[in-house]
Amino acid sequence: METYYDPADLKKFGQISEFQKELADKFFSYYGAVFAEGALTAREKSLIALAVAHTVQCAYCIDAYTNDTLEKGCTEAEMMEAVHVAAAIRGGSTLVHSVQMMNKVKQVSM
Amino acid sequence: MKSLKASGHQLSSAAAQIDLLEQQAATQQRPPFRDQLQSIDLFPLRPTGLDVLQINVGKMCNQVCKHCHVDAGPDRKEIMTRETMQECLNVLAQTSIPVVDLTGGAPEMNPNFRWFVEEISKLGRHVIVRCNLTIIVANPKYNDLPDFFRQHQVEVVSSLPFYNADKTDRQRGQGVFQDSIKALHMLNAVGYGQPDSGLILNLVYNPAGAFMPGSQVSLEQQFKRVLLSEFGIVFNSLFAITNIPVSRYLDYLVASGNHDSYMEKLVNAFNPTAAAGVMCRNMISVGWDGQLYDCDFNQMLDLTVRVPGRHISEFDADALMQRTIIVNEHCYGCTAGAGSSCGGTTA
Repeated sequence: METYYDPADLKKFGQISEFQKELADKFFSYYGAVFAEGALTAREKSLIALAVAHTVQCAYCIDAYTNDTLEKGCTEAEMMEAVHVAAAIRGGSTLVHSVQMMNKVKQVSM
Repeated sequence: MKSLKASGHQLSSAAAQIDLLEQQAATQQRPPFRDQLQSIDLFPLRPTGLDVLQINVGKMCNQVCKHCHVDAGPDRKEIMTRETMQECLNVLAQTSIPVVDLTGGAPEMNPNFRWFVEEISKLGRHVIVRCNLTIIVANPKYNDLPDFFRQHQVEVVSSLPFYNADKTDRQRGQGVFQDSIKALHMLNAVGYGQPDSGLILNLVYNPAGAFMPGSQVSLEQQFKRVLLSEFGIVFNSLFAITNIPVSRYLDYLVASGNHDSYMEKLVNAFNPTAAAGVMCRNMISVGWDGQLYDCDFNQMLDLTVRVPGRHISEFDADALMQRTIIVNEHCYGCTAGAGSSCGGTTA
């Protein structure tokens, strides 16, 4: 059955340069620099990436950063806590906007 | 859990493993390993020295780890005899090989293990023992091993695939982590891993699953931090080792549906620098029966060295230095990423 998502496409990420090499090269150079050891460790960055991957619900990114966090020696508990951080921010973001709803309700209601 | 051999598993046959690896390579239409070496002018692969004699003194072990490339376990009865050990000593006496690396199984279960270590020590060679840790607490007769190691200045190299019980026990068996921690405390107590003691205790990390190890430096930092803060344990270095698709690890890959993707990862991560530094270029591996191999993995695949004299009793250092090292698809494990050897990364 054909699907929009093919796991094999993840390995073709680098091929985006086929249509626009200069920008792709810049992106991958930037990407590599972002994930290098810095003020944050590469391990911490990988856990952040895993959390963000769930927030943006990117199947490719979840695949890639599940593998990457395992390779970097993260525990399952650390990985799930990272996802909960993403879920908490996402849920909190929804709920904090309810203040706008409440403000509007109070503005227009008797 | 039984060994593959005791359970009559198809992959207990070395020929079946090689067939499977070669068929998988053909099906995936990926470059054979020898072609990769050829592309960087490393084929045929030749030795660069003879620095390590790695001796597998037997396949008997008190553990049955899921990833074991030796297919070791309590049901394996292959044990090196004292006569074969003497032949190894003769070779050491006639050569200047500086390092002797003893492995198994659990090498300590060989009844002549202590005599062998003492005799190697008398020859002034550096001795490494690949100790699975739990053997130290498995039986009172092994409780004094840390002191025995200390007396002979043995370098202890021990597998600890993770710093928690969950991942460790999933790979090495229920209760292994707890026993390993006890054994590490005993090793630390006699000075192993302690600063300035000169008693070297190195740990081996290998992934508990179908993925590659991350940065050895980073993993070592994590292991040191957690083992010290949670258990008060110290050690010298961590060796990050890639699981090689041989024996029980190969069986795991196939059974879990990860064989194709794991091999693809290894092939895509082929590193020419790691290929130039593979351990088989400066070592000889001796099987429990005295047969000679390029490495412990070739040993498990019954790929004896390509020289006329293939037994320790026929050891010819000059001929061995001129040999062609046998390579096959499993070798991708040692050349991926930062490389992998019995001493950790190579690139």
